[in-house]
Amino acid sequence: MKKFLAVVMVAVCAMGLAACGSKGSSDKTLVMATNAEFPPYEFYEGDKVVGIDAEMAAAVAEELGMELKIEDMAFDSIIAAVQSGKADMGVAGMTVNEDRLKNVNFSTPYTEAAQVIIIKDGSTVATPDDLTGKKIGVQLGTTGDIYAGDIADATIERYNKGFEAVQALLQDKIDAVIIDREPAKVFVSQNEGLVIVDEEFTVEDYAIAIAKDNEELLTKINEALAKLEASGKLQEIKDKYITAE
Amino acid sequence: MGSFADNFYQNFIEDNRYEYILNGLGVTLIITLFSVMIGIILGFIVAMVRSTYDKTGKGLILNIICNIYLTVIRGTPVVLQLLITYFVIFASVDVNKVFVAVIAFGINSGAYVAEIIRSGIMSIDNGQFEAGRSLGFSYVQTMIHFILPQAFKNILPALGNEFIVLLKETSVAGYIALQDLTKGADIIRSRTYNAFMPLMAVAVIYLVLVMIFDKLVKNLERRLRNSDH
Repeated sequence: MKKFLAVVMVAVCAMGLAACGSKGSSDKTLVMATNAEFPPYEFYEGDKVVGIDAEMAAAVAEELGMELKIEDMAFDSIIAAVQSGKADMGVAGMTVNEDRLKNVNFSTPYTEAAQVIIIKDGSTVATPDDLTGKKIGVQLGTTGDIYAGDIADATIERYNKGFEAVQALLQDKIDAVIIDREPAKVFVSQNEGLVIVDEEFTVEDYAIAIAKDNEELLTKINEALAKLEASGKLQEIKDKYITAE
Repeated sequence: MGSFADNFYQNFIEDNRYEYILNGLGVTLIITLFSVMIGIILGFIVAMVRSTYDKTGKGLILNIICNIYLTVIRGTPVVLQLLITYFVIFASVDVNKVFVAVIAFGINSGAYVAEIIRSGIMSIDNGQFEAGRSLGFSYVQTMIHFILPQAFKNILPALGNEFIVLLKETSVAGYIALQDLTKGADIIRSRTYNAFMPLMAVAVIYLVLVMIFDKLVKNLERRLRNSDH
C-alpha cells in the first residue's frame, strides 16, 4: 500500500510540474481564445475565424496598437486558457455569470443576447415551462447548460458542440436544444423543420473575459470598447452579421 | 485561486459535483465491461475464421469478410467509429447512448482481440496440431483441447493490455454527450473553470482502475504458469 501511495504521489507531482506552463503572449500580440463553432459570433470562413467577436476583437486590438491572434479551442477551456495566461482574453459570446466572475474579470458588456429554445416543427413545447421532464440538448459549459440544470425532471445531454445538439434534435434523439439566439437563428435557417420558441429562455449580456490579475488590460479593453461604441463601429460590425428581423 | 481546501470544496462538494465523477465512473465501467465481452466474442470468432483459413485453406469468403472488418476497424480512429455509430448508423433513432458506446467500442476491440488470439494460435507449434489429429481428434477437438489452452497462456499479457487500452479509450465517449468519467471531469471543469482538481482526480481514478486490473491479470498469469510444472 505504501508503495502504491508513493507511485500515485510521484505521478501527481510530475503532472503538477507540467501544469506550470509559461505565459504564451508577448506585448505585441493580443491572444484571443474562442470556440469558432458559434455563428454569427465566431465561425470559420475558409481557414480564418470570422464573426462579430473576431471583428470586434480585431478592432479592439487595433485601438490598443496590438496584433490579434485567434486561438480556437473547446468552449469550456476558454476560461482556463485566460486564467493560465495562455490567452489574453476570452471572446466567445460569453455571458457574464457568478461562477465565471469567480475566476475571471469581465469587460463592459458589448451586446445583449438571449438563450432560446429550438424545437422541431409540431413539437408540444410552446414556452420554456413546457420543458419540464423533457430531454434537452445543450453545449457543455454554455449558460444554456448551466440554466437547463434548473428545469425540473429534465434530462440534460451535454454535447461538445452546438451543432451536434441540433443534429441530435433533428434525429429525434432529444426534444429541444437550448442555445444562444444568434447561432440558433443560423441553425434554424440551415435546417428545415426546426423553429425557435418565441419566448426566450433567458436574457443576458455578452462580455470579454480577462484574467483576474490583468487589471491593466481590462481598463484598456473597456476604453477601446467605449470608443468603438461611440464611433458606431461596434454597431456596424453587429449589423454586418445580424440581419434585423 | 483559493486554498487547496477551498478548491477541493468548490470542485467536488459544492452542488454535489462529486456525483458527476461517481456516475461517470459507473458509466465508464459498464461500457468497458460490456465492450470487453463483445470484443472477446467477436475477436474469438474472427480469429477462428482467420486461423482456420491459414491452417486448412477453408472458408475463403468468411476470411475475406473478416479481413475487411480488421482493415476498416483498425484503420480508422475509434472516436470516428463512435460518432458514425451514433450519428450515422443509429441516425433518426432515439437510441440508448450507453448501448451505442458498447457496440462501437466492442466492435473496435474485437478487431484487436482477433489478431491477438490469432497470434496465440499461430504461435503454437504445428507439431501439436499434427499430434492431436494423429491421435484421432477432429479439427475442432484439437483446437479446443490442445491449441487454445496453450495459446491462451501466451496471449494473456497482450489481452490484458488490450483491455487496459479499451478502458482508457472509452474516455472519448463524451463525444456523443455520454457522461462517462472523463466527461464528468469536463462538466466540473466547465462549472468551476479549475482544470487541476477534476482532471487529476479522474486521472488518478483511471490509474487505480488500471493498476487493479493489472494485478488481476498478473495473478491469473501466475496461476496458469503453475500448471506448467
